[in-house]
Amino acid sequence: MVFYVIRRILQAIPVLIGTTFLIYFLVFAMPGNPVQALFGDKTPNPALLAELEKQYHLNEPFIVQYLYYLRDVVTGNFGVSFSGQSVNDVLARTFPVTARLALMAVVIEMVVGVTIGLVAGLRKGKLFDLSSLVISLLFLSVPIFVICFIGQFFLGFKLGWFRTTVGADASIPNLILPAIVLASSLVAINIRLTRGSVIETLNNDFVRTAYSKGLSRRRVIPVHVLRNSLIPVTTQLGADFGILLVGATVTEGIFNVPGVGNTLYQAIIRGERPTVVSFVTVMVLLYLVVNIIIDLIYAVLDPRIRYVK
Amino acid sequence: MRISRMGAIVGGIALATTVALAGCSTGGGSDSGASGYITANGSEPQNPLIPTNTNEVGGGKILDAIFAGLVYYEADGTPVNDLAESITSDDQQTYTIKIKSGEKFSNGEEVTSDSFINAWKDGALLSNERLNSYFFEDIEGFSYDEDSDLTGLKKVDDQTFTVTLKSKLADFPLRLGYSAFYPLPTEAFDSDGKVTKAFGENPIGNGPYKLDGGKKAWQHDVQIDLATNKTYTGGRKADNTGLTIKFYATLDAAYQDLLGGNLDVLDALPESAFSTFKSDLGDRAINTPGAVFQSFTIPSDLTNYTDQSAFAHFVGDEGKLRRQAISYAIDRDTITDKIFDGTRTPAEDFTSPTIAGFKKDIPGSEVLKYDPDKAAELWAQADAISPWSGSFSIAYNTDGGHKAWVDAVCNNLNNNLKGMDCSGKAYPTFAQARTLISKNDAGKRDITTAFRSGWQADYPGLFNFLGPLYATNASSNDGDYSNPEFDKLIQEGSASADTDAANAKFQQAEEILFQDLPAIPLWYQNTVGGYGENVENVKVDWHSVPIYYQITKK
Repeated sequence: MVFYVIRRILQAIPVLIGTTFLIYFLVFAMPGNPVQALFGDKTPNPALLAELEKQYHLNEPFIVQYLYYLRDVVTGNFGVSFSGQSVNDVLARTFPVTARLALMAVVIEMVVGVTIGLVAGLRKGKLFDLSSLVISLLFLSVPIFVICFIGQFFLGFKLGWFRTTVGADASIPNLILPAIVLASSLVAINIRLTRGSVIETLNNDFVRTAYSKGLSRRRVIPVHVLRNSLIPVTTQLGADFGILLVGATVTEGIFNVPGVGNTLYQAIIRGERPTVVSFVTVMVLLYLVVNIIIDLIYAVLDPRIRYVK
Repeated sequence: MRISRMGAIVGGIALATTVALAGCSTGGGSDSGASGYITANGSEPQNPLIPTNTNEVGGGKILDAIFAGLVYYEADGTPVNDLAESITSDDQQTYTIKIKSGEKFSNGEEVTSDSFINAWKDGALLSNERLNSYFFEDIEGFSYDEDSDLTGLKKVDDQTFTVTLKSKLADFPLRLGYSAFYPLPTEAFDSDGKVTKAFGENPIGNGPYKLDGGKKAWQHDVQIDLATNKTYTGGRKADNTGLTIKFYATLDAAYQDLLGGNLDVLDALPESAFSTFKSDLGDRAINTPGAVFQSFTIPSDLTNYTDQSAFAHFVGDEGKLRRQAISYAIDRDTITDKIFDGTRTPAEDFTSPTIAGFKKDIPGSEVLKYDPDKAAELWAQADAISPWSGSFSIAYNTDGGHKAWVDAVCNNLNNNLKGMDCSGKAYPTFAQARTLISKNDAGKRDITTAFRSGWQADYPGLFNFLGPLYATNASSNDGDYSNPEFDKLIQEGSASADTDAANAKFQQAEEILFQDLPAIPLWYQNTVGGYGENVENVKVDWHSVPIYYQITKK
């Protein structure tokens, strides 16, 4: 187990370096001089422009700029944004907000998705099953920003149940609406996944054996059926994490949540290399960690899975 | 190797809890400022709040609230002395500035002539890389090429200093209300006399507001809380107890907040609300012309252009005729109405109707009226000189919502001008378009098409819309326009002590622009927005910013 974890962590290192290189190159390849844009429609004086370029190493060739960046990262310094803020501070400020939002979305996704999926699977072909399929189809096919606006308008503005935007107070009650919206499409995926998996498990010999041993339905469904059905759902959870981070960019913009997505979007628009690369790097890091954890959870769900060197 | 199932579960839960708790401990913060504060929209300042280094709206509106300069502008742009007792000059080149005594920064320090001189000198120094350094370029001693002391600034006593300019400038006092000219307390400077970033994080000003509770007031990417500054005694004294400027990444969110009652004042609108905001807000909607002039530029002098063949038809007499034909061919009324839902006002000159000295019906301004017959006629005259060939494009950046109007203008041109073949040339980012327009390292401009251009006023004067854009070799003269007659009128206007006489010169200079059309005027960007049911006395000033200090809660 320990060896397995260590090996996975070592594997993550080249992935990380590759990611920073790729992202740094992509931002570098973005056409136009970001310093020029700082002046709006006004034309800056060339000497001032040159000074600013020097400060951000923009006058150096790509590989030199990248090495400057790597040197800073290795020393634990993610650089400075155009606004003069340390990217470390920005990360420390925004990641907890997005992590909270993502966690809330995961909880909603798992609880709602698995519950509805389980019931739908057990009542295959009945009214509940069919209506859950229709609803999940709806959520899967409508883009997330449309769901955002609809939720914001009806639940926030018309009914007044939630605040229309989050703003300064990103506490759990205020994040409920964005989290529900963020979770909506994933709930739909989970309903379908759980339902299919439950139906498949129900047809297995061990379920029939369990019933014939005289076990009650209350014992068979949670322990024998549900647990075995959760493996594909858990795999999906890892992939969901990526969807959540991407979805957060849209959702955070619409609900004005001061999180990662919002800041990253602004930084991309302004062409701030240190901010963009650092944010994406940390996102990749999180994604890797989450997926290692998920691989470990498999063993909890299915004792037959073993980790070898 | 088998792992303990319980161990993994416990580990997983512990990890999740840690993340969640870490989130809770750093989150929180106050909700929408203190009670009774006016809430307004804004955006996270792109730079630390140093007056000479803030050239964008987000930081600018905060600086204007927390600092007071020598003069401030009334709603219509009229300059009024704020800290200045008097600004006098015999020759429009050396100004003597007297400061009111007893004026204080919010930390109790007195505002003296040194507060101004030191701040300006810091702002002008090349190695300090201040984005607003060009405001000091007319002061003696200023240099773009090397670090050079502003020798034109001389302290007479604690309340008096003199400013010597490189040449006569009658509108210099008018410029002094811009944020680049604000004074700074001694605390702002490090031991080398340089303004520190730390000060920009927690600025101490002398204006109608101050940061509420120091460092905590500015929650980055979220909002900034400003309390009324009791030590401010000037004409902008706040009628409310404080102001919270909330930062929005998207205007859609801000508009929802205004409708939902979570925001009192909004000074911009998302495009999605253009068609509905009047019915949504009723008499609480704001829609007035602002000091933002929009146009597109067809290069005049091609010497500095990498690809000169692209503009071969736009030089000399032929070029003059073609520019006028293009201007006549654009139906500004319909475009501003249909595409912008009336949130732009068709241009009537090269400046803005909110600026003192603005004049309608300047001779030559008829080229801005839609007249397809006249357009076709002029175009045919140009064809007689040299037949039109090739195509015409207008460059724009797609991250700024310009596609719709560029397409509409091109339709106008294609319909009214024979063989025009006009299309938009899209660049994904503003930075890319800007980089092509500006001179490259070899001093050449790489753009090969006409391009979107515009100007947002720094201070309410006609000169600001003309001098920097169309004077020979001026800083933002991206079309390399040059006309000695125009230069002469601008110079005479600048040197004229009498404002009306100066404005008359500037208006004459505009007559020349209407003949040459270095840029084709399109429209003025309106100030659009609205305010909530709980506030009153909401007005926007000449440069589209709400006058926060006058707003009161009902």
